[in-house]
Amino acid sequence: MTGMDAATGGRVWRFGDNVDTDALAPGRYMKGPIEELARHCLETLDSEFAEGVRPGDIVVGGRNFGMGSSREQAVQALRHLGVGVVLARSFAGIFYRNALNLGLMVLVCPETERIANADRLLVDPERGRIENLTSADRICCEPLPAHLANMVRHGGLVPYLERRLRGQACGSSS
Amino acid sequence: MAQTLAEKIIARAAGKPAVAPGDIVTCSVDLALMHDSGGPRRVKPILERLGARVWDPTRVIVVTDHFVPVFDSDTAAILDLTRRWVVDQDIRGFYDKQGICHIVLPERGHLRPGLFVVGGDSHSPTGGAFGCFMFGIGATDMAGVLVTGETWLRVPSTILIEWDGRLQNGVVAKDMMLRLCGDLGLDGGGYGVVQFAGPAIESMPMQERMTLCNMTAELGAMTGLIEPDETTGRYLAETGADLDDIMAWRSDPNARYGARHSYYAGSLAPQVAAPHSPANARDAGCFDKVDVDVAYIGACTGAKLTDLRNAARVLKGRKVASGVRLLVAPASLRDRQTAEEEGTLSILIEAGASLLASACGLCAGYGEHRLDADTVCISSTARNFQGRMGTPEAKVYLASPFTVAASAVAGRIADPRDILQDGP
Repeated sequence: MTGMDAATGGRVWRFGDNVDTDALAPGRYMKGPIEELARHCLETLDSEFAEGVRPGDIVVGGRNFGMGSSREQAVQALRHLGVGVVLARSFAGIFYRNALNLGLMVLVCPETERIANADRLLVDPERGRIENLTSADRICCEPLPAHLANMVRHGGLVPYLERRLRGQACGSSS
Repeated sequence: MAQTLAEKIIARAAGKPAVAPGDIVTCSVDLALMHDSGGPRRVKPILERLGARVWDPTRVIVVTDHFVPVFDSDTAAILDLTRRWVVDQDIRGFYDKQGICHIVLPERGHLRPGLFVVGGDSHSPTGGAFGCFMFGIGATDMAGVLVTGETWLRVPSTILIEWDGRLQNGVVAKDMMLRLCGDLGLDGGGYGVVQFAGPAIESMPMQERMTLCNMTAELGAMTGLIEPDETTGRYLAETGADLDDIMAWRSDPNARYGARHSYYAGSLAPQVAAPHSPANARDAGCFDKVDVDVAYIGACTGAKLTDLRNAARVLKGRKVASGVRLLVAPASLRDRQTAEEEGTLSILIEAGASLLASACGLCAGYGEHRLDADTVCISSTARNFQGRMGTPEAKVYLASPFTVAASAVAGRIADPRDILQDGP
């Protein structure tokens, strides 16, 4: 992959520090299907998010994004809504693993304060580069190792294992 | 090479002589714990897709606690699926409606020092009170464990938190954890291990130690850990667990810690965390103008037998203030039964408490009962994130069972030391 071929772009939905899993996946909707739960994703923080977010959009948080429960629906709701990338200064440990396992691109970005709500970004995960198209700014994030980025692009751990069990090399298939 | 307790357990599980923070290793899993929400209903489709079965049914424990009691056809179907799956997978370690998984696991003798344990729930660090390395994972990671019996991790560094001195009457582990959340922040644990030590920890009963390790989740730690001692040994002996040289599981004297913090237990006041974060902790006295509608004693964090006894010390011979609802959901059926036999439960009921099912209940907002708009609740649970226990407008203050009970009596947030001094 060269240049920004592997990049993904979209509109920014900006949140603060400590976005928790009860906000991402509220307990009262945990019994139901992901379609219903996703409609309430982050509604306590931004009532327009779930309806307004478009495929490829980018969620930007501050420190400790995804803190709280181990529930994977916190990740699944964002994926169901089509979120392309989550950028944050840091992620809660369980959420971070869940995200990669379920095929949600999550990148540690120490400079999220240079990103505003509704900015448009182009993100290149493997190179750790972010282009802020709105402010004509270039921002760095920690690159995701190629094999993990590849696993995420193929939908996460289960599709990756499936491919491996079928004898296909996931690492060389993109 | 000198190692911390966490490093020793990880090294043993990874089949290596030693590990160091930052190493990425694959460990054999001694035990995997799941509940009805993150467990069978989530891992079953993955196992089916991979055409795999559980690697070792004797190493898997399943507990129903989230959708208990069921209140509609959706929740009934989730429990049905759970029951059918454990039979299908030949899992004998199944505890149906016996209480919250983190309490049931040790009380039924499944934990002992040195084990490497994963749990499909973020409060899995509770097991660290028994000298286990036990941490929370999501359902996909759990499916990986169930298929392979292994999981990978980046060896975390250990933060040592020493508590010198002795806690005052009416001050408990919960207060220590709220203080730590306030001081270190909800990412202060840095996904490392928080190991507790010092005289105040050594004199603590097991269930108080469980509260400490439980709430390392709120510190953003991977897990909490306490070296086993005679108190651990006594508890384990009662559960019938195997007790082979448990005292060997300790940090080396010259082990390296990522950070060290020292606290003096004797000067700690009861703590209360204001909405909507456990990090908003201050001395309970700062909140004495806050009227409460609901007082909740529940959850793995705050409704174990020790917690119920502490609440009873405050409530004995007293009544809940008019207009306040005191709800008590004992953390396990066994704890509830003991509390009943010894009279603790009748003290709570005579004071005006309503008893709820021994399950996660109101804490996680999964069930039928949720806090209404504009309700002010003081709760012995671990998390007061906005909307977790009810509507986003509900306000939840976190505190110890002592402080929740004292506040229920006063009708507003109250320091339990005042009541305990007066005597019943």
